[in-house]
Amino acid sequence: MEILLSITSGLFLFIGSFLCISGGVGIIRFPDFYTRMHAAGVTDTLGSAMILTGLMFQSGDLLVFAKLVMVLLLILLVGPTTSHVLAKAAFHNGLLPQGLNTLSKSDDKEDTSSNT
Amino acid sequence: MLIAATLAIFVAMLLAIFRGIAGPTLYDRILAVNMFGTKTVLLISLLGFVMGRPEFLDIAIVYALINFISVIGVLRYSDTDQFKHRQSNDKPTEKEL
Amino acid sequence: MINIVLLSLLVVIAIAIIRMKDLFAVVMLTGIYGLLSASFFVAMDAVDVAFTEAAVGAGISTLLMLVAITMTGRKEKVTRHKPFAALFIVLITGGLLIYGTLDMPLFGSADAPIHSHVAPRYLNDSMQEIGIPNVVTSVLASYRAFDTFGEVVVIFTAGIGVLALLFVPRRKEEDEKIASINDSMHEHHLVIRIITKMLIPFILLFALYVQFHGDYGPGGGFQAGVIFSSAIVLYTMLFGLSTARKVINQGFIQLMAAFGVLFYGCVGIASLMNGGNFFDYNVLSDDPVAGQHLGILLIEWGVGVTVAAIMIIIFFSFAGRRELQQHSENNKNRESL
Repeated sequence: MEILLSITSGLFLFIGSFLCISGGVGIIRFPDFYTRMHAAGVTDTLGSAMILTGLMFQSGDLLVFAKLVMVLLLILLVGPTTSHVLAKAAFHNGLLPQGLNTLSKSDDKEDTSSNT
Repeated sequence: MLIAATLAIFVAMLLAIFRGIAGPTLYDRILAVNMFGTKTVLLISLLGFVMGRPEFLDIAIVYALINFISVIGVLRYSDTDQFKHRQSNDKPTEKEL
Repeated sequence: MINIVLLSLLVVIAIAIIRMKDLFAVVMLTGIYGLLSASFFVAMDAVDVAFTEAAVGAGISTLLMLVAITMTGRKEKVTRHKPFAALFIVLITGGLLIYGTLDMPLFGSADAPIHSHVAPRYLNDSMQEIGIPNVVTSVLASYRAFDTFGEVVVIFTAGIGVLALLFVPRRKEEDEKIASINDSMHEHHLVIRIITKMLIPFILLFALYVQFHGDYGPGGGFQAGVIFSSAIVLYTMLFGLSTARKVINQGFIQLMAAFGVLFYGCVGIASLMNGGNFFDYNVLSDDPVAGQHLGILLIEWGVGVTVAAIMIIIFFSFAGRRELQQHSENNKNRESL
């Protein structure tokens, strides 16, 4: 049982670390703001969820477990929201995605929804 | 594994700092700060487990909250006309930094 | 190892802050700096300090600086002269200070003076004398209650200063006009409004947890006050200043700020009345340890109330000034058209 728990936890932590690093590479390598935000936003939420789940397997204490769940819920709630608002604010203030020079209404909708 | 995860978070933090310094636009910086904040939450939770002090999680909760508030604040106050019309003028000068 | 990495990152960011000309980027980097130094404090096991740094350094102060930038301007002023004399003096002073540290005991060495006078007593006896697991709280609130009283008064004075400099009394009809501009600007932020509505009760509850859990874990009045006020700040940012003023009356928070300091002082006076020293909580109850508990609880309340009220006052004053400025700019634009 003990070994099973630590293996599962290690697996989750590994996936989480991988996602975090790939998000970091994405934020450096991608060409413009919106693609960078895609990389950062997606990996941030999933990577954090994976790492926190990995920690939950090791918590052992009910209070610690509850606090980890709380942090996880907060991140799940807050991460996508900030990405959404960030994309919206950037688009409203006239920052266009690369290769898009004309501003039309349909683009506006597509862009904000795909980044939430 | 905990230590390896901590190191991975460190690497991600470094990359986020690089993006925060390099810019080029205002929103890239906000994104970097946001990502850095999430990574800090993870780092503190991991440190709590590495050092055997799980009460560090209280601080992680505060971080998650504060990070949200500051990003909302940044967006709320960057939504003014001042930032809007300077956005287009600024781009070339900011790339020099 | 972790400490060295964190410290070198701090240095990198500090240099980047100095090199930047765009003040907005500087504020963003200061936010990162705050987050980093707080993780540094966590790695050094100074949990309460990290708590404060997280709430104040990374959260509220970033916001206040940002509001200030939107009111003043985004570019740093270019200085033409080269201050070589100043550089020389700074280098010499820095060199002397570093030379001075050579005589100091090594970092963390057990026989350093700071670890040999009062610290052992705090660590060994505080459990019997005060009976609280978190030594930081017992030092802050009991052994050094007078210092903490001074800190609270400093915060109170800062609030009064901001109020004196920035507060603008408004007439009611003017207020409504300004409010209408503000609300029309932010109707499209639907997602964030709903998420905020979900989060605010949680933040307030968490602030109370930090307030009352300060005896057992990291936390206390200062941190709780800042977290509490950050919920109100969040509300103000999304729903406008005049709505927030309807929820929390300006006069009421000013009263609360003064009340917190007064309450703190009164606990000291009460212990004087009961025949002890100023802030000697042993006499507050028949049992000395129970008296300590009561005293710490009460003064943490005073601290929390004052800090929360002052933070809200400072933010309200900043935001009020900003709205007023926007209002007058809008009027100017209309006239020029």
